[in-house]
Amino acid sequence: MQLLEYQAKELFREYGINLLPSISSKTIDEGRENAKKLGFPFVIKIQVPVGGRGKAGGIQKCQNEDEFELKYPQVENLTVKGEKARAILLEKMADIKKELYLSIFLNRSKREYTIIASAEGGVEIESVKNQIIKEIGMGNVSDETARDVAKEMGLEGKTADGLVDTLKKLSKLTIEKEAELVEINPLAIMQDDTVMALDGKFVTDDNSNFRHPEMEKYQEKSEIEERAEKSGFSLVELDGDIAVVGNGAGLVMSTLDMLSDNGGKPACFLDVGGGATTESVYEALTLISKMSRVKGILVNLYGGIVKTTVVAEAFIKAYQDNVIDLPVFSRLKGTESDKAKEMLKDSRTKIYDSVEDAINAAVMGVKN
Amino acid sequence: MSQIFDILKGNPDESDYKKKGVIVQGITGAYGSLHARNMLAYGTNIVAGVTPGKGGQKFEDKIPIYNSVKEAVDATGAKISIVYVPAKFFLGAAKDALESGIKLLVAIPEHVPVRDTLEVINLAKEKGATIIGPNTPGIMIPELIKVGIMPPMPFKEGNIAVLSKSGTLLYEISDSLTNAGFGQCITIGIGGDPVNGTRLVDAFDMVKDVPNMDGLVIVGEIGGDSEEILAQRIIDSGFKKPTVAYIAGRAAPKEKRMGHAGAIVMGTYGSAESKVSMFNKANIPVAKRPAEVPVLLAGKMGQSD
Repeated sequence: MQLLEYQAKELFREYGINLLPSISSKTIDEGRENAKKLGFPFVIKIQVPVGGRGKAGGIQKCQNEDEFELKYPQVENLTVKGEKARAILLEKMADIKKELYLSIFLNRSKREYTIIASAEGGVEIESVKNQIIKEIGMGNVSDETARDVAKEMGLEGKTADGLVDTLKKLSKLTIEKEAELVEINPLAIMQDDTVMALDGKFVTDDNSNFRHPEMEKYQEKSEIEERAEKSGFSLVELDGDIAVVGNGAGLVMSTLDMLSDNGGKPACFLDVGGGATTESVYEALTLISKMSRVKGILVNLYGGIVKTTVVAEAFIKAYQDNVIDLPVFSRLKGTESDKAKEMLKDSRTKIYDSVEDAINAAVMGVKN
Repeated sequence: MSQIFDILKGNPDESDYKKKGVIVQGITGAYGSLHARNMLAYGTNIVAGVTPGKGGQKFEDKIPIYNSVKEAVDATGAKISIVYVPAKFFLGAAKDALESGIKLLVAIPEHVPVRDTLEVINLAKEKGATIIGPNTPGIMIPELIKVGIMPPMPFKEGNIAVLSKSGTLLYEISDSLTNAGFGQCITIGIGGDPVNGTRLVDAFDMVKDVPNMDGLVIVGEIGGDSEEILAQRIIDSGFKKPTVAYIAGRAAPKEKRMGHAGAIVMGTYGSAESKVSMFNKANIPVAKRPAEVPVLLAGKMGQSD
């Protein structure tokens, strides 16, 4: 899970990392109250779990009430890379000397945590120049390591002290909350040479959630996502019109790729997990029925030991119960597929021998 | 022969040649017992099960169950263990195995926290052991030994090595290889997690010098840079055997986890384009669809004849 900036900053605050005063809101009424508390001028920042919000116009300076009334709704109604605003953060403006970059992340290929720091921050990580990279095992940063980083960044005096302090707190946060990535970009040097986190990015290791009940409050899930999780499914909603269902993340990704190659637009990625049962496929169809944009369902199951008749039963039941009223294009690899085809002969579910055939039929099918 | 074959198959002068003993941790659970039966049916020599508190019982009336891996190893001398315990108990189970002398640990559970995996990897390095997984379908030498959860049908004895991050794609692609006449000498599931006990490049090192291996198939997916590192290793090592790759996730949006904890593109890091272009640089064709893999492999085989 990627936290929103204001949530990351809540954690930063808890760990004593320097921040500007800021308050988050979910409605413009709350925003107006926050504006009073904070006092003009400030910056209005959209809260979305993706990067690139500055370019999309999601960060606006605001000098007075008139500007606030104009800009708050503008920012609130933006969509950044398909993500709508989850909240709005108002933050005091900063008088800064210089922008730095600092992060600790899980280096997957090295299989240890790694610091990236640079004296030239404020741009996306791919464009950050003169990166200082230090591997730190399980994530612990000693005073010596932090000093080395500050020195390599060319920092001195109070600013170097600030960097060392921030880096050690970031390390503590990474370890204690089991983060995959904690990033401060920019980390600003202020006029008085203190350092301050102007932005915050925080990606958790969701598999460690069971050890972190305190992080539960940051989970923002739709009803569909919650039901998917309960059933052990993985679901990613997309903006096309063909729902893609399968078993196994790799297989569903592969189906998504082939569908896109053939001109189809996926409405979701739904992995029902290793096996496929009547119940799991029925529940998957139920979840898809709640997505209004879906015009057809593409099912790609590699059964192995799964009986395709068991899956066919789920389709039949879903139509009988009026759970779905959509055409289903399916490729079911497994046993008893002739019997399954016979069962579905008069239904709106069609079984194809190859995934390519099912995809082509789905792309044609939703056009009508 | 490579070390992984020594462990899984052994050598003709050994009394347990081609019947290496395997311990199943979590053998009494619903999942563990199902797959223990499937492995037995495949011919895997399961010599012991481990479930704390159930020591002294028997699985299927014949396989002794022990309270700890230590007891199981003392009684059987097995060097291979497969773990089916829930993710939150994985760390404890893996430590038990590694500290008891297990040399090949196959970690099936999905949703193991990364810190636990890192700890297990560090311990395995210390003990000179190999970890496959977590979140892996397992490892197998078709028609000889299966240590995993794969269905048997897609696989056939042969001369192609298949390395895969994904489980179902391993089955799908092995199936199409088998149908095209390409059996497999070994298949290794790397696992779909961000951190793997055996990385693609480690798996490559395990199989690259196997004499009866005629070709290599790499099944990757978005996330991380293990495919890029493998492609570089293939270039650097001068590996010349016919090799084909497949990468899943070209159409996936950025910054979204696509089912596997490790399948996420951050910026350009982990993108399909990056992986495909590195494979191209290594002169390895990348299939657009799983069904295209045997076609490209046959093409490569033709060239090298």
